[in-house]
Amino acid sequence: MPYNSVVCVKPVPDPKHYDRVTIDPVKKTITREGIPTVVGPADKCAIEAALQLRERFGGTVAVLSMAPLNAEEILREVLAMGADEAYLLSDRAFGGADTLATSYTLFQGIRKIEAAGNFRFDFIFCGNESADGATAQVSSQLGEWLGCPHLWNVSAFEAKDDEGSFSLKTKLENGFMEWKGRPPLVLGIARDLNKPRFISVMGIMKAKKKPLTIWGRGDLNEAEDTYLGLSGSPTQAGEIFTPDMKRSGELLSGTPEEIVGRLVTILRANGVVLKA
Amino acid sequence: MSEKIWVNAEVSDGKIAEVTFELLSKANELAEALGDGTEVEVTLLGDGLESEAGRLLEWGAKTVLLADDPALKMYSPLTYAPLLTSWATARKPVIWLFAATAVGATLGPAVAGRLKTGMAAHCVDLLLDDRKKLKALVPSFGGKVIGEILCPGHLPQMASVKPGIFVKKAPLKKHTDGKIEKEDLTQWRQKLDQSGLEPVRIERRPPKGLPLNEAEVVVCGGFGVGTDKNWKLLEELAESLGGATACTRPPVDEGWTGEYCMVGTSGQSIRPKVYLGFGISGATHHICGMNEAGVVVSVNRDEDAPIFQVSDYRVVADLNVILPLLVEAIKTKSS
Repeated sequence: MPYNSVVCVKPVPDPKHYDRVTIDPVKKTITREGIPTVVGPADKCAIEAALQLRERFGGTVAVLSMAPLNAEEILREVLAMGADEAYLLSDRAFGGADTLATSYTLFQGIRKIEAAGNFRFDFIFCGNESADGATAQVSSQLGEWLGCPHLWNVSAFEAKDDEGSFSLKTKLENGFMEWKGRPPLVLGIARDLNKPRFISVMGIMKAKKKPLTIWGRGDLNEAEDTYLGLSGSPTQAGEIFTPDMKRSGELLSGTPEEIVGRLVTILRANGVVLKA
Repeated sequence: MSEKIWVNAEVSDGKIAEVTFELLSKANELAEALGDGTEVEVTLLGDGLESEAGRLLEWGAKTVLLADDPALKMYSPLTYAPLLTSWATARKPVIWLFAATAVGATLGPAVAGRLKTGMAAHCVDLLLDDRKKLKALVPSFGGKVIGEILCPGHLPQMASVKPGIFVKKAPLKKHTDGKIEKEDLTQWRQKLDQSGLEPVRIERRPPKGLPLNEAEVVVCGGFGVGTDKNWKLLEELAESLGGATACTRPPVDEGWTGEYCMVGTSGQSIRPKVYLGFGISGATHHICGMNEAGVVVSVNRDEDAPIFQVSDYRVVADLNVILPLLVEAIKTKSS
C-alpha cells in the first residue's frame, strides 16, 4: 500500500555557530550575521523516515516549509536528498508566528496541497524540535489542527503488517512507550530514529528539475487571519537578553600531581565524601 | 471569585513525579504574588492514583481534579488532551503549568492548540509583569539567548518547565480544607475512540547508578574524553565520589553512554553541589543545563574553551593525565 507523506522542515541558523548569535544593543533584536542557514538536524531525520517509507511501500514525499523566500535553497537541498516536490509558504502575513500560528499555517498549506491533488496525506513528519527556538510544540499542535493523532519523540517506526498498521516507539524519561497506530498520523521524529542519508551529486542534479511551489497569503484562501502571523499568535515576545553565567575561573596550576592535590582539597571543602 | 493557577501532574510508574512538586512550588509562589485568594489546583490523570492525589494537597494544592480510570493508565493524545481541555473550558484557569517531559511536552501544546491559547516552552523562570500577567523566560539558540514570552490576550497562559529548573519548596500556608474532585467518566468512556492510535506498553530502563537529579556530585564528560576506556574511568570517578556520570551530546553519538544522562537544552537540567567537567567545550546547549551547579570545576586542554568562562576552577591540562591521577588519588585518600 503506497503512502503519501509530507515533511515539515524549518530552515535554521547553523547550530554549530550559535556562539556567534548576539543581541543588537539598540534594536534589541537577534543578530545572526554570517551564520549559514541549514536544515534542522531533526528535520533531516524526519525526511529520512519519509524516504524510507516511500522506498518500502511507494507513494510520494512532499516537503513543506513556512519561511522567507531565501529558504528556496534549503528546499532544493531537501529535494536533493530525494523528496519529490517542495512547497514554500512565504508571506509577510505569516511572519512573527508563534507555534500555534505556525502550525495553523502549515495545516492550511497541507490542506491546499491535498485539495490540489484530491487526496489526503497518510503521514505528516516533523523534526522533534527546531534547533533555534526548540519549543518542540509544532508537531503536536499541527496534529490538533488536522484532527489526527500525533506522537512526539518517535524513536522507532515500522510497519506491523500489510493492513496499514504501524508499530511505533516514543522515548520516555528512562525508557520508552510502544504504540500501535494507523494513518493518518503526525509524527515528531527524534534524532535517534535514523541516520539521514548524504546528498549525492546525482541528487543535486535531479533536484534542479523537481517542482518547487511558492504560496503567499492569497493562495491560502481557506485560512482565517485570526490565526496567522504575529497578530494571530497568542504568545508575544518581550525583551531578549544574553544570560550572564560567568564565574571567577581560578586557574589551578602546577604539576599534574599538585593540580590533583588541589582538586581533592576542593572536593573535600565542598562537602564531597570520598569513598573508594 | 478567586482565580486559579493550575499544575498538570506528571505521573511516572503510578507515582507523582518530582517535577510536579517543583511546579507546585512555583505555582504557590505565583498564587501568593497574584493575591486575592488565588488558588492552586492540580489536574491529575491516570489509573489507581487516589492515594497519590492526597500528597498533592500537602504540597499546596487546594483542589485536585482527578480522572482515575484504567483507560487512562497510559498517556494518549486521544484521551488526555480532550479531557484536560474540557476541564479548562469549564473552570477557566488563568495560568497552567506542564512539565516539559516526554509526555508533558506534547500534551501541553496539544491542549493549548485545542484551547487556541499560547504556551511558552521549556521555561527557565516564571514571573508576573506589572499587570500581573505571566512573563515566561525561555531560552533559544541553545540557551545563548533568553527571551520573555507573554500571552497578553488569551487564557489560560500556559507554560512548560523541565525537571530540575525549580526547587521543591514546602508551601508557606497549608490548606486544611483541600479536596479531591473525582471526575465521573461513564459518559466519556463511551465516546472514546482510540482506533487510530493505541498505547500498547511502557518499558522503563532505569539508568545505571544514581539518578542525575539526586546526585550531589556530577562528573560530566564531553567529546574530549576521547575513548570508551576513558569513559569507564570517568564512571569509576563518579562512583568513588558517590555521584553520577553525565554527558554532552557527542558521547551519546559516540556510543560511550546513553541519552538518559545528557545535560543541557535537549537533556536534563541539574543543580548538584559540585560539577566536575572533563573534555567539555562548553556549547551554550550544555551550559544552559548545568549553570545552577554549586561549584564548577573544568578540565580541558584548550585554554580558550568557553566552559572555562562558567567555571569556578579551571584546569588547563590533558585529561588523559589528570583523570587517572585523580581516580588514583581518591582511592588512596579514601582507603
